[in-house]
Amino acid sequence: MAAAVVACGAGTHHTSESQMPLKKALSAASPLTLRIVAECSVTKARACDLILPHSAVSTPVFMPVGTQGTLKGITVDQLEGLGCQICLGNTYHLGMRPGPDLITKANGLHGFMNWGRNLLTDSGGFQMVSLVELSEVTEEGVKFKSPYDDKEILLSPEKSISIQNSLGSDIMMQLDDVVSSTVTGPRVEEAMHRSIRWLDRCIAANKNPNKQNLFAIIQGGLNADLRKACLDEMTRRDVPGFAIGGLSGGEEKDDFWRMVTLSTDHLPREKPRYLMGVGYAVDLVVCVALGCDMFDCVFPTRTARFGSALVPWGSLQVKHKQYAKDFQPIDPDCQCPTCKRHTRAYLHALFKSDTAAMHHITIHNIAYQLTLMRSVRQSIVEDRLPEFIRTFMKRMFPSRDQYPGWAVDALASVNVTVE
Amino acid sequence: MKLELARVVRGTGRLGVLRGLGRTAQHSLEVPGCLLYTHLGAVPHLTQDTLHTLSSLPSVTQVTLSNIAEHQEVLEEFKDGFRKFAGLHDTLLYCSLHDSAAPCPTGYTTNKTVSVWGSGGRIELTVAKFMALQKAVQPDWYQSMADGETWQNNTSRKRVRKSVDRTLAHLDECLLAHQNSQELEGVEVFGVVEGGDIPEERVRSARETAKRPVAGFCLDGLQTGSMDQALRTQLIAAVTKELPEEKPRLLQGVGRPDEVLACVEVGVDLFESFFPFQVTERGCALCFSFNISLDPERAGRALPAVLELNEDERDTAGETQHNGDVSLDDQTRMTSFEMNLKDKRYHDDFRPLVEGCGCYCCKNHQRAYLHHLLVTNELLAGVLLTIHNTAHYQGFFSALREAVAGDKLDILRRRVLRERKE
Ligand SMILES: [Zn+2]
Ligand SMILES: [Zn+2]
Repeated sequence: MAAAVVACGAGTHHTSESQMPLKKALSAASPLTLRIVAECSVTKARACDLILPHSAVSTPVFMPVGTQGTLKGITVDQLEGLGCQICLGNTYHLGMRPGPDLITKANGLHGFMNWGRNLLTDSGGFQMVSLVELSEVTEEGVKFKSPYDDKEILLSPEKSISIQNSLGSDIMMQLDDVVSSTVTGPRVEEAMHRSIRWLDRCIAANKNPNKQNLFAIIQGGLNADLRKACLDEMTRRDVPGFAIGGLSGGEEKDDFWRMVTLSTDHLPREKPRYLMGVGYAVDLVVCVALGCDMFDCVFPTRTARFGSALVPWGSLQVKHKQYAKDFQPIDPDCQCPTCKRHTRAYLHALFKSDTAAMHHITIHNIAYQLTLMRSVRQSIVEDRLPEFIRTFMKRMFPSRDQYPGWAVDALASVNVTVE
Repeated sequence: MKLELARVVRGTGRLGVLRGLGRTAQHSLEVPGCLLYTHLGAVPHLTQDTLHTLSSLPSVTQVTLSNIAEHQEVLEEFKDGFRKFAGLHDTLLYCSLHDSAAPCPTGYTTNKTVSVWGSGGRIELTVAKFMALQKAVQPDWYQSMADGETWQNNTSRKRVRKSVDRTLAHLDECLLAHQNSQELEGVEVFGVVEGGDIPEERVRSARETAKRPVAGFCLDGLQTGSMDQALRTQLIAAVTKELPEEKPRLLQGVGRPDEVLACVEVGVDLFESFFPFQVTERGCALCFSFNISLDPERAGRALPAVLELNEDERDTAGETQHNGDVSLDDQTRMTSFEMNLKDKRYHDDFRPLVEGCGCYCCKNHQRAYLHHLLVTNELLAGVLLTIHNTAHYQGFFSALREAVAGDKLDILRRRVLRERKE
């Protein structure tokens, strides 16, 4: 890590362990420590050790999503074996089934699913708005009809935090007023202001501030002024971390990256930044360069179940006929248990006979995401992120003219040119 | 391959070890025992990592042509056999015709062909194609081609006789091709005993098959649902009398613990293990007791290997009828050997599936979690249940061998049947 101390690029500072011993992020009570291990001398990227109640997390980190207290056919031992240090649970789903009372009895979600490392839970608001028709947002909260028994339920900020307190997650998310990123006009502004008010209610409702970290979620749609106003307000609050929300919902990528970089410009350096719902490899690499630390997405595990394996050159559709007689592993360079043992041809055949085929691809895809993030981190620590990005892009796209324009622009904004 | 019998007592089963198995003759398998049931070489729901959380696995893995036949071309191009194709390393491979847990429609058998049903539909096999498949699969043992379509009620005597004749003809043809094939050198053939529910035909099939150079015998057409256990026992007893002592007998399509016990007593050595898979698929966990070492002296100190079900739990188990009125549908119905984890009562039950079970599932998870995974249709339910059910079933077979060794089959039977509703 000593190598990381050397260079100091234009406008950015570089820190090493020795220069910055254990920086406590916040008020003494916060059960979170962010230790900045290295900062890129060119981009806004940083590598940190995020110390959470259950274990340390090396960032940048991708967090696999285990919606209902399980990660799609993978045991917790397998997940640990892949090096996963933190995964997600969904408050909406778990609040419905098995419900907060049962999970409290089971010693929280950690106990219920027997996961010894960290958990992050969302607020439930996003699922409500996206999954449940006829949900209605008022100042009180989100009102909706339970799809299980048709009862009317109100998810208020207090209720969301109460459920998340029962789940016992290491990181909880505030309830925010979610509007689709493609919506414009006064509704976006209303949602932004309401999210700030709800943040205050969430902070007040947290019964375990010394055991569970509550993250604020920056809103403001695709409007730079609203985002900035939200950032100004929320960064005044005493929260241990921030999420960038309201993106990754079908907006133009040009708008997306500009909102991300605006957010990281104004977020405090000493607190973790979580970009919600982002998980495509290119997006991850670019947004790390823009200064984000944490990511989550259902895509890698969902796509696995359809036979899509993630590889450094994009994806490989294992079910396609062309792999029936292909006796190579999915990715010859991958060190995951699937690639070390099985060929594309066998997995292709197994898809016709057993669900174990899906598990094999799920394992590979999680390994791919985690390995990618470990490599990104290593390159930041060794201060060679720009070079890493160029190699990554070259491998991902057959030619320069296929590089997505937004990614080229976003990278240029942090001084990385890709040939 | 050699079956070394340590103990043979008429009416109490055979205990022994199959030694010198496989082309390198390094493996052994204890009998009575079972094979490892798979879908195309994968134990259902499991990857090799989750499978190997299980400590004692059978040394023989079963694969079926119904799964494999559609991949013939691929295997022929691969050249190194199915074991390597499937990433299986340290296991023997037994290749059978059908999957006992999958439906096999009748009416597609001819004098020269049998049909298997894979994911892409029916594949018709002649002996030539059957043998070409064996050469591509390169198993350690395989079941000879057979016409086993006699299990339905009201199969005529004429049809049964035809099935015996055809199966013998297939066997002769298979053996001829086998002897002329270098690729299959060192591979063992299991002859198939047919004969439906007609004792004379069973005996004829057994006698004739035993005259051929086979390494062991498959007893076909006796599966659960085809007849009641009394008739099955009677037929198997008649058959095993005709078979040489030193060759193993594998019974197809029977897996329920009570039926396994009865069949072991009349001389069956090997079973398939599709039963725990069926239990898993209906969201259930095996929980029957098989502990026979509960003598009064030890009972106080040692924990029983299996928790006794308490009264209310007994009620969900055992909805099945156990009279002679059986049909194929019974295979998918819950038996009294298992608990239905989808039942609401397990919602807040924080005990392991079976107290004292050493499997990965029981050591790490609770009934309430399994209940949750089942009601939310999560894939991990199948993974964890397969681990437990496989472990429990292997434990049962281990107890079975102990019982045969110690003349305790009666105690084991009482133990296994104890929780059953009469
Ligand atoms: Zn891999
Ligand atoms: Zn168990």
